[in-house]
Amino acid sequence: MLIKKPDAIRSSEITSESVYLNRRHFMRGLLGTTALLATGAANAVPEYEIEKDLPIYRGPDWLQKQLRASTRNAAFSTDEKLTPYFHVSTYNNFYEFGTGKKDPARHAQEFNTDPWKVEITGEVAKPGVYNLEDLIKPHQLEERIYRLRCVEAWSMVVPWIGVPLGDLLKRFEPTSKAKYVEFTTLHDPKQMPGQRSRFSTLEWPYVEGLRIDEAMHPLTLMAVGLYGNAMPPQNGAPLRLVVPWKYGFKSIKSIVRIRFTDKMPKTTWNLMAPHEYGFYSNVNPAVDHPRWSQASERRLPSSLFNPNRVDTLPFNGYAEEVAELYRGMDLKKWF
Amino acid sequence: MTNGKIVRYLQWWVVFLLPLLPLGLLIHNAWIFNLGADPAQAIVHETGLWAINLLWITLAITPLRRIFKINWPMRFRRMMGLYSLFYAVVHLLAFATFIVGWQPDLLLKELSERPYIVVGALAVLMLIPLGITSTHKMQRRLGRNWLRLHKLVYPIALLVMVHIIWQIRSDFGEQLLYGTLLSVLLGSRLYFYLQKRLRTQRTARAA
Repeated sequence: MLIKKPDAIRSSEITSESVYLNRRHFMRGLLGTTALLATGAANAVPEYEIEKDLPIYRGPDWLQKQLRASTRNAAFSTDEKLTPYFHVSTYNNFYEFGTGKKDPARHAQEFNTDPWKVEITGEVAKPGVYNLEDLIKPHQLEERIYRLRCVEAWSMVVPWIGVPLGDLLKRFEPTSKAKYVEFTTLHDPKQMPGQRSRFSTLEWPYVEGLRIDEAMHPLTLMAVGLYGNAMPPQNGAPLRLVVPWKYGFKSIKSIVRIRFTDKMPKTTWNLMAPHEYGFYSNVNPAVDHPRWSQASERRLPSSLFNPNRVDTLPFNGYAEEVAELYRGMDLKKWF
Repeated sequence: MTNGKIVRYLQWWVVFLLPLLPLGLLIHNAWIFNLGADPAQAIVHETGLWAINLLWITLAITPLRRIFKINWPMRFRRMMGLYSLFYAVVHLLAFATFIVGWQPDLLLKELSERPYIVVGALAVLMLIPLGITSTHKMQRRLGRNWLRLHKLVYPIALLVMVHIIWQIRSDFGEQLLYGTLLSVLLGSRLYFYLQKRLRTQRTARAA
């Protein structure tokens, strides 16, 4: 058996990173074109122009490879103007890292997201603790540009990268008793200063949930990246939910546990103020938050010259796709 | 000018300029687009915060004198009150301009659906007559009624507390801090008031 010694490769033969990345870029362009020709719907994720001084997050090697091979799902993407990366990565609600909008970007930079394990439990044939890599690797990553509507009446447009949640969940073979899916965020007060706050009325860890048909809906995404790169820690790295027709707080971040159950999960905001935050929390301009109107929203970034106010749409504009899920339900009662 | 006069002169300028600092910083950051994704919210929040800070400072001046015998801030009490009014008015105007965009229907809707805005606006409206009657001339003209009128500052402070408590989403650390400070500030007044009443009762009995 011949084993090549490491010094058999001359350093001049090693491609510099920039050339390597450019080649990748070129290849990806080609791949995208082929994919486009093949399917007519998918195309390559573009190389986003990101202001130089902003940190981007590459993630572990295996993820980088998958991110580079990701394709845009144009059918599920809006063509609205993107909210710039700067705002997407510095204006966050992630109370585990503080309640101010700038707190997560400030306090999450040292957050350790690799290695990462996720426990799959409850009503499934294949429960277990899985490495993130093993969860994601079998899937082709997709980019989807979704509107994100916060319950606080602001919104953004974000290019997420992820896996359709339904495809992921099916692999664990949920049983017939799996009527709901419950998600749990990491609980680690050492890393998450917000969980150490003595003045918070929220219980940790953060818990969210979906009905099984909502979880299996093709629009529901388990995201691992945005803007062509890995998920920034302040946006919920390494694994977060994106449910575009629900208020943002349903899209739970930094998930460590997925539990299938036959009972409606007790979710964090709902537990804290049940009359303000329902289990469903579908975006609905006709049902106001008790303390403010949900009829319109301010699309960020707004400027001082223009509040950038737009009408809020039922199901955040995804009614055509998801209204069917709630047929016959009184949405004022099940808010 | 004597040394004492120079010190007083410098002191006046320092105290006059300091409360303008937050506004200066805000304008600077707005100018260089450094207020984040939601600059309107940032301006409204920051000016509101300073309206409260300055109102609490105004309310602290009398207890400082009574309890700690620190007298020099007395001559700035009116200035601090006026600054609080100034930030409160900017806060309200910024809300109407940058968030509501002066759309009357939207303004009405916001006022009816966000009751904490009504409470806050009421506090600002109540502050305005205090500002108008803050001159020496008005003080003389109103006589004993001046003091009565300016006691309005206590209900105003309570309205401000309602205004910020009503906005709690999950973390109440800030509200707890301002509430505790206000309890101390108003509590000290209650203490002195009760003591005074007790004294007058005693003298009445003695007579």
